[in-house]
Amino acid sequence: MSAWSNLTRGIIRENPTFVIVLGMCPTLATTTSAINGLGMGLATTFVLLGSNVVISMIARFIPDKVRIPSYIVVIATFVTIVDLLMQAYTQSLYETLGIFIPLIVVNCIVLGRAEAFARKNSVLDSAMDGLGMGIGFTMALTLLGSIREMLGNGSLFNYKFIPGDAILVFILSPGAFIALAYLIALFNKFVKK
Amino acid sequence: MEYLIIIIAAIFVNNVVLSQFLGICPFLGVSSKINTSVGMGGAVVFVMVLSTIVTYLLQQYVLNPLNIGYMQTIVFILVIAALVQMVEIILKKISPSLYQALGIFLPLISTNCAVLGTAILVIKHNYNLLEGVVFTAATAVGFGFALVIMAGIREQMELANIPKGMKGIPIALLTAGILSLAFMGFAGIVK
Repeated sequence: MSAWSNLTRGIIRENPTFVIVLGMCPTLATTTSAINGLGMGLATTFVLLGSNVVISMIARFIPDKVRIPSYIVVIATFVTIVDLLMQAYTQSLYETLGIFIPLIVVNCIVLGRAEAFARKNSVLDSAMDGLGMGIGFTMALTLLGSIREMLGNGSLFNYKFIPGDAILVFILSPGAFIALAYLIALFNKFVKK
Repeated sequence: MEYLIIIIAAIFVNNVVLSQFLGICPFLGVSSKINTSVGMGGAVVFVMVLSTIVTYLLQQYVLNPLNIGYMQTIVFILVIAALVQMVEIILKKISPSLYQALGIFLPLISTNCAVLGTAILVIKHNYNLLEGVVFTAATAVGFGFALVIMAGIREQMELANIPKGMKGIPIALLTAGILSLAFMGFAGIVK
């Protein structure tokens, strides 16, 4: 039961994007389409899951003073793994996401979960927490990516349902800010009480 | 001339916050007062230029000769974190007045993705050291510039009557969006 609530917490109640508002850089930068948002979300989920599991295992052996640098090394290791895997298997996505893949290492969500959750909880709980936060982040990014792709390009997951041009500005940088602003405002109104 | 193009492109055309989306967290967090934004901007220029010099030299003289380019992420983030800590300690000793002005912003900077992002971009663009430093300094100035403009707007907005759901982050993002629209006007100055 508690494992289940650890998993679901990150999805709505403590959604990293809409409620805690962390990790804004990749959220804004990579959501030019639904696919890109999904890809970035999954990459981050992998790093979150891996780092949470490893940190919950080794937290007992790390002196308190050097814990942050140690966590960063663990996180950076998983980021490097993702970086190399994506370069090998999803070349085009890798090129679109560009420097935002190595930048997962400074995504506040990952270090935040390590510090706030993984170091004090068991491996299973930490894995569930990492997975839940990752899913919440992935859903938020995919949603934002879908909205921007629909408004900006008239398509969804590359399936074009409005022929011709759409409101191009939503794919460009101002659209990212504006779409996310309204999404968070809606979330505030209907979900967060 | 070449340097001028790099500078204008980095400050206006590809503004680090408004079109590259780097350093959004401090941008949203610190930009509510003009004074603090100027302080933060100064600290960012200082740390970014320093970290670009160090990471550039590391890449050229350690990572590349040893053929371990895949260690880039791990090495860079550790170097930047250590550097920020060092700058803090040295500043405290040498110039307490400067430390007073920049001190509280320094810990915030190690989590600023603009620092790591710019260090990686310098390598990606194949700049030489001087071009890299100019690019980094201009990027940092662009960051400070965006921060100060944003703070000016937000100070004015404090008195405005904003709908409940839009308060805080949403209205800040919306402001940034309109600012970013304005900055799109610079596109085309530099090809």
